Amino acid sequence: MNINRRDFLKLAGVAAVRVAAGSIPSDSFASVEEFSGNPDRRGVLVDTTQCIGLNCRRCELACAKEHNLPPLEKPPEDASVFNERRRTHPNQFTVVNRFPGETEDTPIYVKRQCMHCDEPACASACLVKAFTKTDQGAVVYDASVCIGCRYCMVACPFDVPTYEYGSALHPRVRKCTFCFESRLKEGRPPACVEACPREVMTFGRREDLIKVARQKIARHPDMYVDHIYGEHEVGGTSWMYLSKKPFEEVGFRTDLGTTPYPSLTRNYLSAAPLVMAIWPAFFLSIYLFTKRKDELAKQNGKHIDNHTHGDNHKETK
Amino acid sequence: MSTVTAPVSRQPLIAPNFMRNKIFLGMSPRDYFKSLMTPGHMIAWAILAVGLPVTFQRFTGGLAAVTNLTDANPWGIWIGIDVLCGVALAAGGFTMATIVHIFGMKEYKALVRPAVLTGFLGYILVVVGLAFDLGRPWRLPYPMFVSLGTSSVMFEVGWCVALYLGCQFVEFLPPLFEWLDAKKLRAWAMKLALGATVMAVVLSTLHQSSLGALFLIAPGKLHPLWYSMYLPVFFIISAVSGGIGMVIIEASLAHRYFKKQTGHMSHRDLDKLILGLAKGGALVLFMYFWLKVIGIAHEHQWSLLFASGYGLWFLVEIVGFILTPAFIFMYAVRNLNATWARVAAVWTVAGLVLNRLNVATVALNYNAAERYFPHWKEIAVTITIFTVGVMIYEFIVNRMPILLQHPDYVGDDH
Repeated sequence: MNINRRDFLKLAGVAAVRVAAGSIPSDSFASVEEFSGNPDRRGVLVDTTQCIGLNCRRCELACAKEHNLPPLEKPPEDASVFNERRRTHPNQFTVVNRFPGETEDTPIYVKRQCMHCDEPACASACLVKAFTKTDQGAVVYDASVCIGCRYCMVACPFDVPTYEYGSALHPRVRKCTFCFESRLKEGRPPACVEACPREVMTFGRREDLIKVARQKIARHPDMYVDHIYGEHEVGGTSWMYLSKKPFEEVGFRTDLGTTPYPSLTRNYLSAAPLVMAIWPAFFLSIYLFTKRKDELAKQNGKHIDNHTHGDNHKETK
Repeated sequence: MSTVTAPVSRQPLIAPNFMRNKIFLGMSPRDYFKSLMTPGHMIAWAILAVGLPVTFQRFTGGLAAVTNLTDANPWGIWIGIDVLCGVALAAGGFTMATIVHIFGMKEYKALVRPAVLTGFLGYILVVVGLAFDLGRPWRLPYPMFVSLGTSSVMFEVGWCVALYLGCQFVEFLPPLFEWLDAKKLRAWAMKLALGATVMAVVLSTLHQSSLGALFLIAPGKLHPLWYSMYLPVFFIISAVSGGIGMVIIEASLAHRYFKKQTGHMSHRDLDKLILGLAKGGALVLFMYFWLKVIGIAHEHQWSLLFASGYGLWFLVEIVGFILTPAFIFMYAVRNLNATWARVAAVWTVAGLVLNRLNVATVALNYNAAERYFPHWKEIAVTITIFTVGVMIYEFIVNRMPILLQHPDYVGDDH
């Protein structure tokens, strides 16, 4: 052993400080965990009972135009688009899907896009802070820092973010932006909301929208299930839904709970600094203990057997 | 043995003698390349002949050109095998370093350097695998220096892996300097290495478990039998078991295929060490099994065990690939039979790979309409990366004092 105890302590100390300093600053969770919410943040209430779907999909068209996306794969007149359940795509940030209604002639159409969570899973999962929940309520993405790990896509409980797998040099995560840059920032409603001919969507302060939704349910209990999807799901979302049929029958997951997703990993991350503080001391004590035992044994002129170190193996016969 | 015991030449660092002694193993270049013409090397080059064009395709055509990844299945085997298994199977490095340098079980000393080397190589290959998988791998330093997403488990993984690579490099310095006959640098590196070992335990505990914690944020997507609040604990414990398994496999293979370097140790001595490790392997696997059972009990998921194919598959994993190798390890220890210990080691490693694949692919998005199966080119890349790792390992152990002690430093512990 050509290292004395003091050197060892010095090294271990330096090591521990390096770990502690390099890792998790004290305000680490402020970005998403302590979201009290701007009370004026906007939202959209989607009343699925009003959507006509077929021959319309103007929301999809307006979205594509607003974001300079390629034209829709199938035009609004093409009914076959409803034969499969579509999801968002790098070229399509919002999709309308059809679900069976009470009769053959009254199918239910549901427009989906990013829910713009109050406490977004994507933002907490992102290791480069590419996602931000803005004061106005939008969850926006910054491609200039994204490394392309796609953990946001794994984290999102609504399967919203999509990825440009075909790009070798500049692949981006793509998703609905709530038209933040072009509209929401100035207080204007997103393109899809404005384009809707049936006023399926109501844009406004989230708090007001919840009141509107409650009134609608109270006034027409026959038209709506008594639930505002998004009011409490995963801690609340900016986009909320009303439906006539139970939400699980029109493509929504109703098993997500009301816990904000960032808190699913918070406890774990809080334990990390503990390990950093306790582990070096713990292993150091074991080291010093075994070393001292060796030294004492040497002083006493005793021979140390292997099994003094923890009875590790039997003799092979 | 010839290279390391060759008389120390006091030539400038890059001299013909250096190339001949240090790179060409004391042969002329011609003889050296002739010595490479073995069936094993041929297979390796054949694998590279497939893997390199696929690599080119990946970096010119994007992920879509070579993978089956989709918006619904953003992670495939490059995460499931290259990253998750790569990190877990490299756990032998920190496990052995801890056992020997911190717990003071010096009898396992001969196994530390090879384990640390494979750990180090393993992590480098993990980063290589990650470079394939990341959309913009050249931004790998971003989470460290450009934009810090501190609320992300992935951020923790990134930092720990980066710092741990640093530790492993420091731990790898002593044999490197011994190879280069740099005595002073070597003495300095030996001091650093001990500090690095302590740091390595801390960092390994953290990021091994963090890889499991990555999935805590996906309760709706990971099958409830695999999703558990204990995921971080499962990952660290199973990594230790896999690490022990890998050390047994590596030591046995090295003893067989690198006779020149391992001849100093008799079969009997090696078997003794392997049986010692087997005892540890059995303990860790039994602990891991009970933790998995507690995980089921804690979340009241008993009914799921027999509810679907997933339940059956889960039982295959925990009974077939955790409990069974645990009993085989125990049998080997009881009967002093190192062969069975080797069988159990392979079994354990297979179980670990199965677990990581289950968590990252089979049980993830189990409820999605669209399922994932890897493209053959994804598999080709994974095999290529592994092959490169084996080739680098071979290059290093043929040259540096990894499997044997440098004669100048015998008895000089650290």
